[in-house]
Amino acid sequence: MEKAELLELVNTKLKEKFHGSIESAELLYDFPVFVINKEHIHDVLSFLKNDEELNFHFLTDLTGFQTPDEKHLGVIYHLHNMGKNFRVRVKTFFPMANPEIPTATDLWKGANWMERETYDFFGVKFKGHPNLKRILNVDEMNIHPLRKEYPLEDQTRDDKSDKMFGR
Amino acid sequence: MSKKEIKNIIPPTEDTIEKEYHILNLGPTHPATHGIFQNVLKMDGEIIHEATPTVGYIHRAFEKLAERRPYAQITPITDRLNYCSSPINNFGWYMTVEKLIKAELPKRAEYMRVIIMELSRIADHLICNSVIGVDTGAMTGFLYIFQWREKIYDIFEDICGARLTTNIGRIGGFDTDFPAKTWDKIRNFVKEYPKALQEFANLLERNRIFMDRTVNCGSITAEMALEYSFTGPNLRAAGVDYDVRVANPYSSYQDFDFIIPVGTSGDTYDRFMVRQEEMWQSLKIIEQALKNMPTDGPTHANIPDFYLPPKQEVYNNMEALIYHFKIVMGETDIPAGEVYHCVEGGNGELGFYLVSDGGRTPYRLHFRRPCFIYYQAYPEMIKGSMLSDAIITMSSMNVIAGELDA
Amino acid sequence: MSKELTKRTKLEIAKSPEGLEGPGFFASKLEDVIGLARANSLWPLPFATSCCGIEFMATMASNYDLARFGSERLSFSPRQADMLMVMGTIAKKMGPTLRQVYEQMAEPKWVLSVGACASSGGIFDTYSVLQGIDRIIPVDVYVPGCPPRPEQIIEGILKIQELAKNESFRRRDSAEYKRMLNSYGME
Repeated sequence: MEKAELLELVNTKLKEKFHGSIESAELLYDFPVFVINKEHIHDVLSFLKNDEELNFHFLTDLTGFQTPDEKHLGVIYHLHNMGKNFRVRVKTFFPMANPEIPTATDLWKGANWMERETYDFFGVKFKGHPNLKRILNVDEMNIHPLRKEYPLEDQTRDDKSDKMFGR
Repeated sequence: MSKKEIKNIIPPTEDTIEKEYHILNLGPTHPATHGIFQNVLKMDGEIIHEATPTVGYIHRAFEKLAERRPYAQITPITDRLNYCSSPINNFGWYMTVEKLIKAELPKRAEYMRVIIMELSRIADHLICNSVIGVDTGAMTGFLYIFQWREKIYDIFEDICGARLTTNIGRIGGFDTDFPAKTWDKIRNFVKEYPKALQEFANLLERNRIFMDRTVNCGSITAEMALEYSFTGPNLRAAGVDYDVRVANPYSSYQDFDFIIPVGTSGDTYDRFMVRQEEMWQSLKIIEQALKNMPTDGPTHANIPDFYLPPKQEVYNNMEALIYHFKIVMGETDIPAGEVYHCVEGGNGELGFYLVSDGGRTPYRLHFRRPCFIYYQAYPEMIKGSMLSDAIITMSSMNVIAGELDA
Repeated sequence: MSKELTKRTKLEIAKSPEGLEGPGFFASKLEDVIGLARANSLWPLPFATSCCGIEFMATMASNYDLARFGSERLSFSPRQADMLMVMGTIAKKMGPTLRQVYEQMAEPKWVLSVGACASSGGIFDTYSVLQGIDRIIPVDVYVPGCPPRPEQIIEGILKIQELAKNESFRRRDSAEYKRMLNSYGME
């Protein structure tokens, strides 16, 4: 099936069921991309997984995102139906002040660590996650390092002189 | 009769008996874990009752690092993801950028990529399988087959100057054709390797001790594997014939005729056998690529904005010098957009989710690391098995610490 | 036949230390003899974390064969190891473990830092990576490269052998050595 047709198919199905919760639907390169509002994200994912025709049974990827204005965070899901080779990307955005969305671990077990990683990197709180704590960084860390406001470099180095590199 | 006496009459059953567990800390630097993973095991004798894995011991912040680097300079980071098969990671990253800038590669460059990717798949599977051998007590296979891994490294070294972390090729193809003696080396490898692989297979595949150790050890059902987002040989061993090379062909994989091996029970033996068969299939692909490859023609796409011009041009031609400067300084304009591209890495679907805002560096780059995703099923796979089985289950899953922790 | 073979074969055995030799006796310094023995039977503890660990596997395997230099037996227990080989990136999460391993080793001990990451943090100047293991443990020999070739790793080991051979008995009791350990917060 052509990607445009897939976009159309998923879009009509979602519109029928969740009218008003789709913020946008477009084709970006070879991926149909849907932006869903935060309130309905879990229902939409659950629908996409359980609908007989679409049946996105495989969670390829789950990751976090910070918008350039540094006021919103997002979570991005890549879903896959292996049998028919359908792939879609579902996004949701929410303000950084209240970064809380429902977990997807009840739909896919594989979401567990990916959500923990997103929490670790961006501080997104997944409501209902069985074990939401840091996974890659040390527990004592008090920042969410992939947010743009935090520095990349190791702060303990003293061999980098701004004078030498003209920074 | 008092309660105490009644309790003494009824013989203890599974539920009433008070079990005493002990805690065993496996890792993070255990010699048998091939990398740094920590598992706190709750043991009942030698049976694992519960496992709590801790990861992140070589977390190197790839994703944040990539946000600060021009596109061409991200390649060395991808090298260090799954360092057993770095060329696949390199090409996966190039293809992602090529998708973003809509570059079309000539057939010859794509076939050259296929050859390198399949060679590195052999190198990857070869490490994994020989290490399963070592963990079951057979050092011989490891020592035999590692000579052949050196030959693959020799080929890589001819092409790019590095053995392990290759940084091979460029965005848009290859800077030059491979040297003539490298082509000979590749042909020789394809001709001679089957003999060595057959020898290795004879040592282990129908070996009684090896089979006793690996059959029905650490199995996982297909449903569970899909639920945990398994990909690659581990998913195929469970019986799902999903391979990115076939589902979403990239780099001309649709031109080749090969089989996707699948297992039935998803146990350690199946994972071993799937990798063995994939090595044979890789050889088949390389043979076809060598035979059907266009003999001459350019080895890179025609994208002067992103592709370093040849050195003699740079020194003699103003325009080439400008391009060179712009690319090296990372000043070329990359279109804004977001793409996801995936390749079949040594361990499964290796995805790159790239968001570009048009600047010199990506706005966000996320690696879909197959190891990270499937390693979370490990506690469930080893539950109820013996400690020694847990070790070979881990080595047969081929968990690479660099890829796991990013 | 046998004569031809003896002509062609060139055996290299470890040189005997300087000393006084006569019929039936050989007198030398105890220090030299022990240095010779130590240098040629170093038990390495491979602390392999990432890419360099794979090159270490190649060093151990058939083509490069580290066993030729008296390091056939890898000692995975720090208590019995002489040489700590740190190969690969050490993240801040891993730092305390590395230090503990070092502290568990018995004197005399040597540390080989293999690769750019272990030596200086390498390309990973990030919030999570330790910028060189010499921030937490003393290092004897650094091997550059990302990753170094097996030949380079072997050369690093040969350098450690050199150190082991020429080390004086009292070095580890000296005030200077104690001061160095104290600067790392070790007693």
